[in-house]
Amino acid sequence: MASYKDYMLFDKLPHTWCAGCGDGIVLQSIAAVFAEMGLDKHDIALVSGIGCFGRVDDYLDINCMHVTHGRALPAATGIALANPNLNVIVTMGDGDSVTIGGNHLIHCARRNINLTAIVANNYNYGQTGGQYSGTTPTGSITTTSPYGHIEKNFDICKLVEAAGATYVARATVYNPVQMRKLIRGGIEHKGFAIIECMVPCPTHYGRYNKQGEAANMMKLMNEQSVPAEKAKNMSPEELEGKIITGLIVKKERDDYYTEYKRIIDAQNIDK
Amino acid sequence: MSKKVTISVSEKRCKQCGICSALCPRQVFTQEVGQVPVVAHLDQCIACRLCEMRCPDFAIDVEVE
Repeated sequence: MASYKDYMLFDKLPHTWCAGCGDGIVLQSIAAVFAEMGLDKHDIALVSGIGCFGRVDDYLDINCMHVTHGRALPAATGIALANPNLNVIVTMGDGDSVTIGGNHLIHCARRNINLTAIVANNYNYGQTGGQYSGTTPTGSITTTSPYGHIEKNFDICKLVEAAGATYVARATVYNPVQMRKLIRGGIEHKGFAIIECMVPCPTHYGRYNKQGEAANMMKLMNEQSVPAEKAKNMSPEELEGKIITGLIVKKERDDYYTEYKRIIDAQNIDK
Repeated sequence: MSKKVTISVSEKRCKQCGICSALCPRQVFTQEVGQVPVVAHLDQCIACRLCEMRCPDFAIDVEVE
């Protein structure tokens, strides 16, 4: 049976991420899902943006593209429309997906492009020194908010759900088994799928907010986790500071390519 | 334990973050600060593979026969 190692470049390791960074756990989950599904390497196209989690393409032995900051989704849209038989995966961080590339994210969700976006949310811009991003929780200390962050943070899952995404899920690195299940569901889903993976950043976020080392941050994440089924019966006050995990939205809607193909076929345009 | 389990830790790849030793459900690992984790209580291992899945550095291999 194929193992995740078949989809990785082990000679590139050790990777550049800090000790305790959860990005490696998400990377292993992605590679393990490829192995589990038995995907051909030529049937996968991975697009990554800039940021800590944008570096996953360096360690995977598949067709990868590394594009500019926040623009991973437009590049992936092009790939998905040019060759609809590919499994297009997009790996982004929170800065890449909702802060700089926020506009692309909501429009990709609205159009329902057939791709799988995996967002690693570590609450800050880790690669550039721990500045606050769009998902930094209110009151947190970062390098650019030394007295506490005053802005309200984005809830990525709620944002894309409102924009019309057809598969929305969230997992923490504390529970890699659930993460694999959700990533697999996202790849199998036809349409825009997004999986938000909560990862610890012990170097910047954890250190400034006194959350301890990586293992402590992961334990804290687990304590904050609430399953999506349970969260439905909880009030917004009770859900304050919690992380809703599991499959949040799954619905069927024709993806962009299917709709586009229908127009072409109806007009009898010569290909 | 009926199954034979072997756990190997790659010293080259390990960054000593302490995730495996702190989060193992059966406390199989012992680790000193600044040291690579040591498989001290292999008899307690239930082969759940969580250490392998949670290792961010691909340093742990669990083999179950």
